[in-house]
Amino acid sequence: MRLTLGPVLFNWQPETWRDFYFRIADEAPVDSVVVGEVVCSKRAPFLAGHMPAVIERLVAGGKEVVLGSLVLVSLPRERRQMAELAEADGFLTEIEDLSCLAPYAGRPHAIGPFINVYNEATAAFLAGRGANRICLPPELPLGSIRTIAQSLPDTTIEVFAFGKVPLAISARCYHARIHKLTKDNCRFVCGQDPDGLPVRTLDGAGFLLINGVQTLSDTCANLAGDVDALRSAGVRALRLSPQTCDMVAVAKLFREVLDGRREGEDAVRALASVYPQTAFANGFLYGSPGAQFVRSMTLRSQ
Amino acid sequence: MELICPAGTPAALRVAVEAGADAVYCGFRDETNARNFPGLNFSREELRTAIAFAHSRKVKVLVAVNTFARAGALEIWHRAIDDAVDAGADALILADLGLLDYAARRHSGQRLHLSVQAAAANADAIRFYVETFGVRRVVLPRVLSITEIAAVIRDVACETEVFVFGGLCVMAEGRCSLSSYATGQSPNMQGVCSPASHVKYQESDGRLVSRLGDFTINVFGKDEAAAYPTLCKGRFSTTFGTGYTFEEPVSLDAATMLPGLRAAGVTALKIEGRQRSRAYIEGVVRAFRRTLTALDAGEPVERADLSAMTEGQTTTVGAYRKTWR
Repeated sequence: MRLTLGPVLFNWQPETWRDFYFRIADEAPVDSVVVGEVVCSKRAPFLAGHMPAVIERLVAGGKEVVLGSLVLVSLPRERRQMAELAEADGFLTEIEDLSCLAPYAGRPHAIGPFINVYNEATAAFLAGRGANRICLPPELPLGSIRTIAQSLPDTTIEVFAFGKVPLAISARCYHARIHKLTKDNCRFVCGQDPDGLPVRTLDGAGFLLINGVQTLSDTCANLAGDVDALRSAGVRALRLSPQTCDMVAVAKLFREVLDGRREGEDAVRALASVYPQTAFANGFLYGSPGAQFVRSMTLRSQ
Repeated sequence: MELICPAGTPAALRVAVEAGADAVYCGFRDETNARNFPGLNFSREELRTAIAFAHSRKVKVLVAVNTFARAGALEIWHRAIDDAVDAGADALILADLGLLDYAARRHSGQRLHLSVQAAAANADAIRFYVETFGVRRVVLPRVLSITEIAAVIRDVACETEVFVFGGLCVMAEGRCSLSSYATGQSPNMQGVCSPASHVKYQESDGRLVSRLGDFTINVFGKDEAAAYPTLCKGRFSTTFGTGYTFEEPVSLDAATMLPGLRAAGVTALKIEGRQRSRAYIEGVVRAFRRTLTALDAGEPVERADLSAMTEGQTTTVGAYRKTWR
């Protein structure tokens, strides 16, 4: 199985962002890396200057570089950016919004987890237009994943396996709302929360995270204990989504599980010390509430 | 502009027709539509009868098959499409790419509308659906201002339908897993959001606590009206304080926006609420019919007081006038 590092979803300082990718390029055992600002087009100019060096370093590190589109394309400026992205040669694009899809007809491309692929017919439709890799929506249960993967043996089916789970996207910026600012004059307050702004219930339980226009889970997806079930379902790639914890260590642990050098349950425990004070969850995979952690299939069947 | 009205039951459909609907939208009694609530929706036989009645009054019936088909169970959704066509539906309202592909191939010539659940929010997305599947009308997401709607209409060869009244999704429609995160059931998969089966109300120190799954969504004081715990409309806390983090519990009422929507070139106006009562349908449909009649006669558009019909009893014109941008 392959490992894909998803795009950084949060608003990191540009130098932090660059250095993160430099280290990934040099040290992380991942096969593909999706780069580019996918959540908020206002953040992109700050990263643009570092992009060529990041791409060059990743390529030198033997990684396949994939360029991510925006998740929600609305403004004319954003549509122009996406049209330019479609003209970029040499790199695979990962489509995160269907409005970007048309220019890729007949060209190899990837489909990101923000596209609604819930069944084999939709996956086959997209594969027929040139999608050779599809990262499925995080809320899909294992049964659906298996049906889709087995009906499309020539398409790499990928599953969101680590990171805070993107749950919703909005036209409205909640960071701006909380800071009593407008979206156009947001002062980039989302940059104050490199791992998201926690939203707690009124009785103090962790619930969600705000990342500008995006809402994520407070729990962190962790499917390290479910690798056997995913593999036998036909999944061929796992996605790790960048958090502020040591993502090289995360990638190494997943790599060890994929290579059979470490038990999945053991990796789950090890990940808890890599990303402390974080609750893990895999409920979506088992049709349970996504916030829950269900013990892996293999353990339960023993 | 056409007035498109919701019907959760055959009785509600009759009410909507009598109250002045140009078209009524409804769905089958299963997970194929995004209002899969207990006691709601139509059997095959009920749909046939309802369509015959509506057509006798020159009213159209649009059938929503607008969830995303479950892998390995496509035949349930295919049958819904086939049966709706067979029953004489004037249009199918679809969101899933695989189902659009099926309907366009299997029932060429059948009028297809793109559901708001497909979240086609710009001209490029709409053009893709029009060119690929022959979609004739798109229901626009509730995130666009009137200026943006006018720009989209200039750019696409397709009719547009916009919401003018009822519940408002805070997030991009069809792209939200908040409900399944808390309950395991989502609009996209099961056709439900914040399902009643997972809601609990508890008394605590004279306060009413509303919960969804394992999470507290709101706490109400003695004198507060307790709103339904729709997840994104709850009260939560952050380091910046406590309150309605995502959205106040308000409903959309765009009656005053109708002149602007007409000038923008909008084809149809949609009222949300297949899960609502006959009294709601009757009141809201009549009020909007009156407003449209006044608009056509060149009379001033007055906003009827429909606040009793809304969740939270407060209304907003939503994104049509963006105060938060």
